[in-house]
Amino acid sequence: MIRTIDVKEITKNIKEMCIKANYVLSSDMNAAMKSAEKKEKSPLGKQILGQLQENLKIAEEEMIPICQDTGMAVVFLEIGQDVHLQGGILEDAVNEGVRQGYVEGFLRKSVVKDPLIRKNTNDNTPAVIHTKIGKGNKVKIKVAPKGFGSENMSRVFMLKPAEGIEGVKKAILTTVKDAGPNACPPMVIGVGIGGTFEKCALMAKEALTREVGNHSEIPYVRELEEEMLMKINNLGIGPGGLGGTTTALAVNILTYPTHIAGLPVGINICCHVNRHVIREL
Amino acid sequence: MEKYITSPIEKDCVKDLKAGDYVYITGIIYTARDAAHQRMYDTLQKKGVLPVDWRGQIIYYMGPSPAREGRPIGSAGPTTASRMDKYTPQLLDMGLGAMIGKGKRNQEVIEAIIRNHSVYFAAIGGAGALLSKCITNSEVVAYDDLGTEAIRKLTVENFPVIVVIDSEGNNLYETIVKEYCTSL
Repeated sequence: MIRTIDVKEITKNIKEMCIKANYVLSSDMNAAMKSAEKKEKSPLGKQILGQLQENLKIAEEEMIPICQDTGMAVVFLEIGQDVHLQGGILEDAVNEGVRQGYVEGFLRKSVVKDPLIRKNTNDNTPAVIHTKIGKGNKVKIKVAPKGFGSENMSRVFMLKPAEGIEGVKKAILTTVKDAGPNACPPMVIGVGIGGTFEKCALMAKEALTREVGNHSEIPYVRELEEEMLMKINNLGIGPGGLGGTTTALAVNILTYPTHIAGLPVGINICCHVNRHVIREL
Repeated sequence: MEKYITSPIEKDCVKDLKAGDYVYITGIIYTARDAAHQRMYDTLQKKGVLPVDWRGQIIYYMGPSPAREGRPIGSAGPTTASRMDKYTPQLLDMGLGAMIGKGKRNQEVIEAIIRNHSVYFAAIGGAGALLSKCITNSEVVAYDDLGTEAIRKLTVENFPVIVVIDSEGNNLYETIVKEYCTSL
């Protein structure tokens, strides 16, 4: 049955989600940090993990953003094909939500209008919007503000099929090693394997929105996630890059069919402030 | 080792700071990040005068989130220092005392740190709410039009940092990671 949704609803929700994401970290991330603190072998690393939890507490209680880099707003929309949107243009509605959220929520405006002329838009718009049309009559929204300390350390590798799974492992480890202290560890690593050049990067980004602690349903991918998390934590980078056994909290991998000639791998690094809020309208 | 210092800093004090020391800073520090550095660089290219005399001062690579009413500042954690590497040796040669950021520095910066007996501190990345509690005052002193990227004069009290690169060029990021690395 066709359902009509006013785009004002989208604006209102995006606004609230931008604010929530930047002040309250989802419980999966908080739990992962707590358990990491118990296992961390470096005393300084342990201390930093404790401070990061204290930071989360202050952020929520005193309404100070968790991190001053409140990100560029990445918005995933899954729109059921039985939804009819009315009252305005969808893209404008999303950007209006981001504008209201960042201005009224005391969030930093970190977006420049042109990548080379670099003048701030002063309201953090536009968002980066990814829209998918699916079944049903609902709209699923994911808001994931992305900080650039870690974004800058992300990579895409166009591997040869002959490099296989070992090539993928090497690509992930190289990326994390190069990121080191720059990406604000402990990190969350989103990986997309397969598809095309842009598809693997998009999967890597979307993988970051999966709850930490949940694994792929594909057995070999799950094993790869677990093996890579262990290997990354053996690198010694540690919390803040100041040494230790907690370099990453999770490795989330998505896969997709690909071309006979290719093995694309996208690796999107996120810091410990892996923000994502999900709602369904 | 835990140490307490005041800012602006004296060269004698820098000598005693060793990679790995946990340091609390009290006094005045200045923020500057990408756009402010670019503007200072352009000014120096044109033989102009910088808005701040950097001798003995500490630059904190940071762009805060907006302050709520009645508060000095919003969230205020460090940004990645390597983006400022292009501009840093020149500022160090002009007497800049120290820098606070996060992440690696390039070889030119490390050499300039040794040459000028300076020091590079790291603050904890992503702990902007916690760090903001150590900032008691903030005022824009230059480049107001740059918004969050303006140069701000901050008053800090026991602001916590860790010495990453000391005046002899010892680099904590390299030495400590080896201690915990169990794969090669």
